[in-house]
Amino acid sequence: MELKDKLVSSFLAFENTVDVDTAVHDIRSQAIKTFEEKGFPTKKEEAWKYTSLNTVLKHDYSIFPKEENALDFKDIKKYFLHDLDTYKIVFIDGKYSSHLSETTHDKIDVCLMSSALTHEKYRLIIENYFNKVAPKDGLTSLNTAFSREGAYIYIPKNKLADKPIQIIHFSTGNEAAQMLQPRNLIVVGENSHVQIIERHQSLTDNPVLTNAVTEIFADKRAIVDYYKIQNDNQNASLIDNTYIEQHAQSVASVHTFAFGGNITRNNLNFYQKGEGIDSILNGITIIEGKQHVDHNTLVHHTEPNCESHQDYKGIFGEKATGVFNGKIIVNKEAQKTNAFQSNNNILLSDKATINSKPQLEIFADDVKCSHGCTIGQLDDNALFYMKSRGIGEKEARALLMYAFANNVLSSVKIPQLKSRINKLIATKLGVNIGFDL
Amino acid sequence: MAYTEDDLKKELETKEYEYGFYTDIESDTFPVGLNEDIVRAISKKKEEPEWMTEWRLEAFRAWEQMEEPEWANVTYEKPDFQNISYYSAPNKKPKYNSIDEVDPELLDTFKRLGISLDEQKKLAGVAVDIVMDSVSVATTFKETLAEKGIIFCSISEAIQEHPELVKKYIGAVVPQKDNFYAALNSAVFSDGSFCYIPKGVRCPMELSTYFRINQAGTGQFERTLVVADQGSYVSYLEGCTAPSRDENQLHAAVVELIALDDAEIKYSTVQNWYPGNAEGKGGVYNFVTKRGICENNAKISWTQVETGSAITWKYPSCILKGDNSVGEFYSIAVTNNFQQADTGTKMIHLGKNTKSTIISKGISAGKSQNSYRGLVQISSRATNARNFSQCDSLLMGNECGAHTFPYIETKNKTAQIEHEATTSKIGEDQIFYCNQRGIDTEKAIALIVNGFSKEVLNKLPMEFAVEAQKLLEISLEGSVG
Repeated sequence: MELKDKLVSSFLAFENTVDVDTAVHDIRSQAIKTFEEKGFPTKKEEAWKYTSLNTVLKHDYSIFPKEENALDFKDIKKYFLHDLDTYKIVFIDGKYSSHLSETTHDKIDVCLMSSALTHEKYRLIIENYFNKVAPKDGLTSLNTAFSREGAYIYIPKNKLADKPIQIIHFSTGNEAAQMLQPRNLIVVGENSHVQIIERHQSLTDNPVLTNAVTEIFADKRAIVDYYKIQNDNQNASLIDNTYIEQHAQSVASVHTFAFGGNITRNNLNFYQKGEGIDSILNGITIIEGKQHVDHNTLVHHTEPNCESHQDYKGIFGEKATGVFNGKIIVNKEAQKTNAFQSNNNILLSDKATINSKPQLEIFADDVKCSHGCTIGQLDDNALFYMKSRGIGEKEARALLMYAFANNVLSSVKIPQLKSRINKLIATKLGVNIGFDL
Repeated sequence: MAYTEDDLKKELETKEYEYGFYTDIESDTFPVGLNEDIVRAISKKKEEPEWMTEWRLEAFRAWEQMEEPEWANVTYEKPDFQNISYYSAPNKKPKYNSIDEVDPELLDTFKRLGISLDEQKKLAGVAVDIVMDSVSVATTFKETLAEKGIIFCSISEAIQEHPELVKKYIGAVVPQKDNFYAALNSAVFSDGSFCYIPKGVRCPMELSTYFRINQAGTGQFERTLVVADQGSYVSYLEGCTAPSRDENQLHAAVVELIALDDAEIKYSTVQNWYPGNAEGKGGVYNFVTKRGICENNAKISWTQVETGSAITWKYPSCILKGDNSVGEFYSIAVTNNFQQADTGTKMIHLGKNTKSTIISKGISAGKSQNSYRGLVQISSRATNARNFSQCDSLLMGNECGAHTFPYIETKNKTAQIEHEATTSKIGEDQIFYCNQRGIDTEKAIALIVNGFSKEVLNKLPMEFAVEAQKLLEISLEGSVG
């Protein structure tokens, strides 16, 4: 059976397992209809021109997670930022793992979507924010229809999340093939601040397809820092849909570190609803093999005096494919907008491909908008310089590539995370250099 | 009496499209509609050989299966293809040897268009092949060109007299089935220009054609084919104006350039068709397919100044097939009032050490929409390919839009690609600076726009550059309050 049909016909069974007596029930029923109508995107759609899901969709995925699979902390410790005190929300095969997690309800709520969807205490927030910013496209609707579990984070007005929050999704491979659809909701009140680190990790070679949706609301003057680590194994594919609504003078930044996975597609969308907003989108992609990473970004400027900064660096080896599809829309009311977009790429192999499509759609005249895109190689002179001073070829190349990506790293605000990423980059480039000099 | 600012204002307000007039010449026009019989009839009318008729029919059958493309960032009422007459020709058609024999009414038209044949003969050394509607009626300098072995004639003439060349090259770069409008053009093209430069010949003058849309309700479908044989050079100019008319006119041309080894073709266009009136009514639909192919060490350079047409859909492209070949694209697209332009280029790098440069300047004013859409593609064989693209947009007023849709696809690690785009407006300080020095705002804007466009204007041949500069001023008049 086609995956689409399987999903549609499983919906009833899914509804039997959740409380249907809520407002969310209507949203789900509506969403499954939308998915049935639109289905999975194909290459015929402009936004999916360079990314085909066909190879990913052909597996017979199990849709419903089995009962909790236990994991020993020592086996998976390396996937945590363990040298940092954080809240943790951990899922194993889509089910919440209480013994690995550390949640809180003290002043702020760092807990589960499943409880937020069912408990009366959270009803107002769910009604006001759930599925409000996510658009009605096929993949997002699919996630909405099956939304049950994920992270729920609510930071009320004038509160500071006292430590960063880690959200980690493990898949154990106990199923032959598994589809996961986590749904996260993050609401950050006026003047509040939160830092979140998210990671998807598959522990075996069984195919995993994750179709995640994260909705983020940043109220006035809120600050949201979101870090995504995508360093999964060869058979894990990720479609990550993130929608961020920002209000006046808020600052939201999303850093995406795409170091692996089968097919990784990031749909990252910023909607600005107010003045004086700053949106920051940064990314480093380092992949090889037959990996495919697609960054699809949108920044929609609707009001005056806002800014957006995008900086995506990519290094592609072997037969890897990179896609960058960035779009900036500036409405005619959004005067004095400053929007910058830059996409720089290095190709290391003749079999690697990069497709870049930076787009601007501008309807206001008093704006400063620019985008730049480059594709090039490492500088031979610089390599020679280092080699002549006794630095090995491999190390010299790694240093140059690290320098190339460094711009993006410098804006990571959690030092422990930064050094973790540095290590990941060193591993990725096959060298043993501590880059934190 | 002194000419005051108020006078200027008044003049600008009442300024209508300068070239909007209609020449009343009896034409023999085909009934409206399109079917195989019409295609056959066009072919027969032009006394074409059998292979050409078949070629047209093949295109027509392909066209019937195709759908009008909708991906461009433009909105318009689709033309009814069955409500267009596909052939019209001025019906007095003697062969002229000298200018005196030409219908005086036609000559008058040319004068109002600013094309003085006698003057051009003497001054610029430009050979003009004037296409009035669909059939060429005047050709000059042919003899000089003939001495060098250069063939420059209408395409219908070329089909008669040089069938081997036409047969070899027509459809070689833009196949009949390439796209909806190219297929339509291939089926019904009425005339156009053909140019062949023999091996090692440097064409001594700029070749030039003026196209003109005449005759109510007649779509015009030119076909241009330029072949530069090994080691030759040609610079080709094309410029257009059209009478002002309310109903939309369709224009679907095809231009094919073939630059063989070591050849160079420079193709310049100034397009100033009727853009519709200030309310967005009327105007020409310009759906053009232009493409060139470069063999080893060859170079093709497209330069365009687009100021007219209600809808422009145009992507002059280069296929850099040969090693060391070079493609260039320089463009200024100006949109005002309700004009919409979706234009850009495609640079397809196939050969080694191929280079391409794209400079695109978009200026939008009024309620217009101006889009750049371009593709740079580096195939895995194309080692050491180099591309530089720059797309700058200038916005005047906050009711217009500027859009950039660049596509960059690279499959080779030695490629070096740079793409840059900026959007800005004319700074108040710039205008103030000019005002302070006694330059009025309207002039200041013309000055700034000219500066903005300089990189492209410089690429135009001299006589075109002057005309283009004037055009920019006229198109933007009254657009800034």
